[in-house]
Amino acid sequence: MSYHVNEKGYYGAFGGAYIPEMLYPNVEELRRSYLNIMQKDAFQKEFHQLLKDYVGRPSPLYFAKRLSEKYNTKIYLKREDLNHTGAHKVNNTIGQILMAKKLGKNRIIAETGAGQHGVATATVCALMGIECIVYMGEIDIARQAPNVARMKMLGASVVPALSGSRTLKDATNEAIRDWINNPIDTHYIIGSAIGPHPYPDMVTRFQSVISKEIKTQLLEKEGRDNPDYVVACIGGGSNAAGTYYHFLDDESVGIIAVEAAGKGIHSGESAATSALGKEGVIHGCKTLLMQTQDGQITEPYSISAGLDYPGVGPMHAHLYQTGRAEFYSATDQEAMAAGLELTKLEGIIPAIETGHALAIFEHKKFNPDDLVVLSLSGRGDKDLDTYINYFNL
Amino acid sequence: MNRILKKLQEDKKLLSIYFTAGYPELTDTVNIIQQLEQSGVDMIEIGLPFSDPLADGPTIQESSTIALKNGMHTELLFDQLKDIRKSVTIPLIIMGYFNPMLQYGVEKFCKKCSELGIDGLIMPDLPLDVYQEKYQDIYKKYNLSNVFLITPQTSEERIREIDTVSDSFIYMVSSASTTGAKSGFGSEQKQYFELIANMNLKNPQIVGFGISNAATFNQATALAKGAIIGSAFIKYLSKNGIATVSDFVKRIR
Repeated sequence: MSYHVNEKGYYGAFGGAYIPEMLYPNVEELRRSYLNIMQKDAFQKEFHQLLKDYVGRPSPLYFAKRLSEKYNTKIYLKREDLNHTGAHKVNNTIGQILMAKKLGKNRIIAETGAGQHGVATATVCALMGIECIVYMGEIDIARQAPNVARMKMLGASVVPALSGSRTLKDATNEAIRDWINNPIDTHYIIGSAIGPHPYPDMVTRFQSVISKEIKTQLLEKEGRDNPDYVVACIGGGSNAAGTYYHFLDDESVGIIAVEAAGKGIHSGESAATSALGKEGVIHGCKTLLMQTQDGQITEPYSISAGLDYPGVGPMHAHLYQTGRAEFYSATDQEAMAAGLELTKLEGIIPAIETGHALAIFEHKKFNPDDLVVLSLSGRGDKDLDTYINYFNL
Repeated sequence: MNRILKKLQEDKKLLSIYFTAGYPELTDTVNIIQQLEQSGVDMIEIGLPFSDPLADGPTIQESSTIALKNGMHTELLFDQLKDIRKSVTIPLIIMGYFNPMLQYGVEKFCKKCSELGIDGLIMPDLPLDVYQEKYQDIYKKYNLSNVFLITPQTSEERIREIDTVSDSFIYMVSSASTTGAKSGFGSEQKQYFELIANMNLKNPQIVGFGISNAATFNQATALAKGAIIGSAFIKYLSKNGIATVSDFVKRIR
C-alpha cells in the first residue's frame, strides 16, 4: 500500500486535476517541472538556508513535562508556533516563492481564511520584492483585522471575495478565477495540501521538513527516530501532511488526525469532513467533501478559521479510507479548553487550530510509555480576541 | 444523426445562447427555451447551477446562486425538461460542473439526458484524460457529445488531441478569462481566431466568452462556425425579465 501520490496525481481514489481547460497550461507546467526544480541541489540549498536564517528552523521539539504528567504519557510538542509569522504556513510559502521565481513568474496570488497563509505569502513576497494579491472572504476580513493589517503593511493587496458565503472556500474560488484571467505571469501559492495535482504533493513536500526534523530531534532525545504516534489538526491538512510525511510508510507509527467538529458533528455547524463528507470534486481535486445530496458544496463551521474548510486534502482522504490514520474530531468547546489548558500547564498559548489537536488527550487514552509527538501548528496571538470573548478574560 | 451534427451542417453562422436553469424564477426553464427557439436561436446551453462555478465571472455566479436559492437541483431540472422534445427541436446541451453530475451518478445522468433528448454536455472541470479513461464509453452509449474547451493558451498539440476526442464542435474560449470578464475583441483575439481557422480541425469551432452584441457576434463568427452568448443574456434577463427574450436575440442578428 502506498500513501504517496502516484504518477497520475492520485492517492488511491483521491486527487487528480479536475480543472477547467483555462488552467491546464499552468498546472501542467507545474506538474512537469516541480520535482525537477525542487530536487536541484541549488534549490534545496536556498530553501533550507531561508528556513534556517529567516524562519528560524529547526523548530524545537519540546518535551511537555506537565502536560505529560497530566495525561500520564510522554508528549513532545513540535514547535511550529515559533516559526517566523507564527505558524507552519511559512515553510510552504518559502518553497513556493522560490518555485515561482524558477518558473519566471512575477505576480503571486493566494487565498486565505484566518489570514495566516495570506500573511506568510505576503511575507515571502516582500522578501523577494514580488507583487502579491491575497483573496480573502469579506466576512473573514472583518473578523481577522490584525492579519489584514499585517498583509497590507507587507505590501500585499487584500481583495475581498464577495461571492457565496464570503469565507475561505470563496476566497479560493476567487484566486482560481484570478489565475484563469492571468495565465502567463502569475503563480498561485495554495496554502494547504489541496487543489489540483501537483499542489497537494508539492505543499506536502515543502511541509515535510516538520517530520524530517522530528526524526532527527527524537533520535537525539530518545535514542529512536520514530514515535508511537504523531498527532495533528486537519482542515485542508498541510501541517498534518508535513507532520506525517516521513512516517507514512512506517506502520509502527500511529497517525492521528483531529478535525473540527464545530458545535458537534451532527449539529449542522461542523467541519468534520471525514465524518460528514462524501467523495466529490472541489477546487480541482477529488477528495472527501461536505456537500448536499445534489453535489452542491456546503458551508462548514468551526470556531477556528484555519479549519473552516469543506474538504480535506486528497492524501488525508486516502489515509482515512485505508484506515492508515485514525480520525477524531474536537468541538469548539473542547478545542478552546485544550488551548487554555496548554497555556496554564506549559506557558504556551496555541492557535485554536492546534487546540483541536491538543483535545486528543480527552478522546484517546495513551499508554504511559507511549511517545506522542503533537504538531503545535501555530501560536495563539491571532486568536486572542476569540479567547477573550470565549472565556470572558 | 445527433441534432448538433445536423445543425453544424447548416450553411449559416450559429447563435447559441446560455442561460442558468432556475433563474430568474425556478420555473422559467421551459419558457426560456421555447422563446429562444422561436426567436431563431440555433442551439441552447442549459446551465445546471453549481455552488462553486470556478470558470464563471460574477454574472453567472450570481445567477447560479439565485437559481440554487430558488430551489433548482439536478432531478428538478430533468423533471422540468421531461416534455421538452414535444415543443423544441434545436440542439440542447447541458452545461455545468462535474460534481453534481458525479453525485447523481455519471451513467444515470447520461441515461436521463438521452431519454430527455439532450444532445451534449459541457463540463469544464471534467478533464480530457479522466473523460477518456472513465466516461467516454458511457457518453457514446447514450449518444451524447462531450464538448471541450480550448483557450488562447492551449498548445497546438493539445488542440489536436482535443479535436481527435471531440465529436461535434469545439468550444473556443476567446480570451484568457472567466465568463463575462471581457467584452469585445482586440488584435490578439483576431490572431488567435486565424490561427485556429488555419489548423483545419475536423470539428467546427464555436466561440464563447466576450460576445455580447451583433458586432462581437460578427467578429467571432468571421472565421468560426458560431458563437455562444451567456453573461450578456443573463444580464438582459436580470434587467428585463423573460417576457421579451426575442428582443435580445433580434439585436444579435
